[in-house]
Amino acid sequence: MDIPILSLLICLPAIGALFILFTTSNSNKYNSHKYISIFISVVNFFLSIYLWYQFDKSNPTFQFVENRNWIYGFINYKVGIDGISILFIILTTFITPLCILSVNSTIKKRLKDFLIAILIMESLMIGVFCSLDLVIFYLFFEGGLIPMFLIIGIWGGERRVYSAFKFFLYTLLGSVLMLVAIIYIYWITGTTDVEKLYQIGIDAKYQKILWLAFFSSFAVKTPMWPVHTWLPDAHVEAPTAGSVLLAAILLKMAGYGFIRFSIGLFPIGSEYFVTLVYILSLIAIIYTSLVALMQEDMKKLIAYSSVAHMGFVTLGIFTMTQQGIEGSIFQMISHGIISAALFLCVGVIYERMHTRQIKNYGGIVTVMPKYSIVLMIFTLGALGLPGTTGFVGEFLILIGAFKDNFLVAVIASFGVILGAAYMLWLYKRVVFGEIINKDLRNMLDLNKSELIILSSLAIPSLYFGFYPEPLISTVEISVTNLINNYNSSLDIYLANKK
Amino acid sequence: MITDIYYVIPEIFLSLSLMFLLLLGVFKKDGSKIVYNLSLVSLIITVPLILNVPSDSETLIFNDSYKIDYLSNFIKILIVVSTLFVLLTSSQYLKLIKIFNMEYPILILSSILGMMVMVSSNDLIVFYIGLELQSLALYVLASFNRDNILSSESGLKYFVLSALSSGLLLYGCSLVYGFSSSTNFSQISFNYEQSIEGVTFGMVFILVGLAFKISAVPFHMWAPDVYQGSPTSVTLFFAILPKIAALTVFIRFLYSPFVNLVDQWQSIIIFLSIASMLFGAIAAIGQKNLKRLAAYSSISHMGYVLAGLSAGTNQGIQSSVLYISIYLVMNLALFSCILMLKKDNKYYENIDDLSGLSKNHPLLSFSLLVVLFSLAGIPPLAGFFAKFYVFAAVIEQSMFFLAIVGLMSTVVAAFYYLRIIKVIYFDKEIDKFDTDHNLGLKISLTITTILILIYFIYPNSLIDFVSKINLV
Repeated sequence: MDIPILSLLICLPAIGALFILFTTSNSNKYNSHKYISIFISVVNFFLSIYLWYQFDKSNPTFQFVENRNWIYGFINYKVGIDGISILFIILTTFITPLCILSVNSTIKKRLKDFLIAILIMESLMIGVFCSLDLVIFYLFFEGGLIPMFLIIGIWGGERRVYSAFKFFLYTLLGSVLMLVAIIYIYWITGTTDVEKLYQIGIDAKYQKILWLAFFSSFAVKTPMWPVHTWLPDAHVEAPTAGSVLLAAILLKMAGYGFIRFSIGLFPIGSEYFVTLVYILSLIAIIYTSLVALMQEDMKKLIAYSSVAHMGFVTLGIFTMTQQGIEGSIFQMISHGIISAALFLCVGVIYERMHTRQIKNYGGIVTVMPKYSIVLMIFTLGALGLPGTTGFVGEFLILIGAFKDNFLVAVIASFGVILGAAYMLWLYKRVVFGEIINKDLRNMLDLNKSELIILSSLAIPSLYFGFYPEPLISTVEISVTNLINNYNSSLDIYLANKK
Repeated sequence: MITDIYYVIPEIFLSLSLMFLLLLGVFKKDGSKIVYNLSLVSLIITVPLILNVPSDSETLIFNDSYKIDYLSNFIKILIVVSTLFVLLTSSQYLKLIKIFNMEYPILILSSILGMMVMVSSNDLIVFYIGLELQSLALYVLASFNRDNILSSESGLKYFVLSALSSGLLLYGCSLVYGFSSSTNFSQISFNYEQSIEGVTFGMVFILVGLAFKISAVPFHMWAPDVYQGSPTSVTLFFAILPKIAALTVFIRFLYSPFVNLVDQWQSIIIFLSIASMLFGAIAAIGQKNLKRLAAYSSISHMGYVLAGLSAGTNQGIQSSVLYISIYLVMNLALFSCILMLKKDNKYYENIDDLSGLSKNHPLLSFSLLVVLFSLAGIPPLAGFFAKFYVFAAVIEQSMFFLAIVGLMSTVVAAFYYLRIIKVIYFDKEIDKFDTDHNLGLKISLTITTILILIYFIYPNSLIDFVSKINLV
């Protein structure tokens, strides 16, 4: 490859942000900053699609690798993708333009700064998914805190300061241990290059402690029970576009991290701590589903459902089976699309009524029929109805779980039922019934841009629900390779032990 | 002897121009402006003079009492360049609070002359002369705004406490001399094998005196008051330059006369480091005054610098020097921002005065945002790399406790930096500040902010220099 296409993907949004910073002003009547940012992010989307087209699915190694000296003799700037990362990159470039489109009505003040923050965020998130060096990964992973802190804090709701601080400090606290671990890996192996580390492996005696250090960071970011409490706050207070970014992409960084680093680098540590992850995941699935049932605030309900869905993801990853990991990746993509859509749906009625309380709604099917249909698609997607992406993900994860541990799978299946309960109940309370609140009668149905945004999310969620093959085939070889490496290093370890 | 002079041309030039400026200032009426400008010129000339001194290998001159090596030259350049920036940023401030006197640049020049002697000293006596030269000038500078009660108080406070610590330091020097029968750094380490206890005793006193100069906990008590009371431009000077010099002397002491006492001093440095990091982070939470907050933040930053030193390796020294270089840039930027907060010829320095700054002054707030996140050590800003290097050195020595405490305290510290960002970005706006800043202030803020912001693109720029330091 002559063109450094991954670096281009990472840099383009940042360059766009700089361009907006210097060329436009906040009080711009023609919204030129908005058009520029949409243009940039759409170009980035097509670039990532081109990347997918060029991507060789039958090749298990990293592709499009760029390796440059960054700090001499210490760290290289290394990026590259395999079947797992490319899907997340496409998810990022797909969600970002929709986020920018959705700001029309939701962001009233300082639109320019908001767009800059979103574009910087996109750069950093793409960076996370394609970095092949632990330090570079950490740089992107933590760098994302800054724009997200500002997005929640400046454009958020009433308790935005509290939420922004909680978000920032929780994730920072989790991540510093990972930094210690990364540096330690450098000193015991002499490199932070992921590809090299895959080959040489890390000494078994260090793996458990290193795994825990990485886990502390990813568990906060995922978020897993009991460190999930920042998520509902952050989601509720963030502006719609912020919640969408948070739910659709930021949470996936941790899931991606589990696959790429926890399993890839520390197979012995992962094997040792499987039970811990299972227990935490099951608690997340059951407990947060029950909590979600009792929520009065729509955004909070969806936030708790996110925790439950991410519980499925971590469960699937640590089954260490082909189906489980593929299912987890699929579930993450699906959750990225569906939760983004659900937050946008909440945003739509919040703009009209300025309340997120469920009890203030009811019966809006009569005034907003189009909206009700769209919301139904995503509600069914979230509860995993066959024919939507949600089903494929959960189904694969449960197959993986049954292979590994019967009891875990049975308990997790209850989560599916609970998921159906809270989503359907939410839908029933908001959409059906008599109109009690008279203000609801004046609500307008979806306008053109909202319809475009929501239907462009609905199409992939249905399409890949019926025909998941393109996604599965992309990740298949990479996952097989991952599991083979995992099993072989476990075998070596066990053989040595004997 | 004559060839030795060749190596100290920068110092000689600086002291000659200092005396010349003093005479000029005395005999010429209203000469403060010309003295100020000429002192800038002499600083600019000093830089190539320092670069001209060969530093590839270690050179001992004047009967081995003075050492020229890569570290000393690097630090001297840091000192001179940052003084240049300090002077550039302060002229408008000095004029406004009516202390734009000709003594100001002269005192600063003599202080940095003392520092240059300090960083090159290879002998207890030369070191002490340099230290006193810089300290005496600093006492006067702290109380430079003599009509202001806070400033006078801070000068007096600094003088009393600093004199005490100098006394301790001198006592330590005499003990070391008594037990090793030499004042020469290289000689000391050969001589004391018989009486380690005595030298250790002296070493502790010396370390206490030095810890006072860099305001490491538990010898930090003077810092908040002096930072708050001194004129802001002097606070900026305090925050950067004495620390660079004292740190270099720390390195010299630990790795030359006391190099065989690693087991003894390592635990002391670790204690100082942990105490400073934690105390600085926790005590800053309740502060309302930006300068006071800067004092606490510099205390905790000194903790990180000491953490690097405590590793006892070359990597550790390099990381500390890298840290202090980045710390210097961040503080220059922070104080440039503070110096911009003026309204109707009055300067504001409380955190609440920043409320909603981002509405009226987007660029200034953006700079503050960058600086504060960098001080907090969030990637990809320069401050992250400083911490990264220090902890890389610490973890190499398997000192996990220190690393984890240090990183945890960055999380605590992040809280108070975030609080300022919250005031700037999330709170309601108040009145506008003036925007008629002079060029020097604008230039230094722009340069430092850009440096912090884009350091990650090419981190080798600084690491290349630092990695040439080779002491162990």
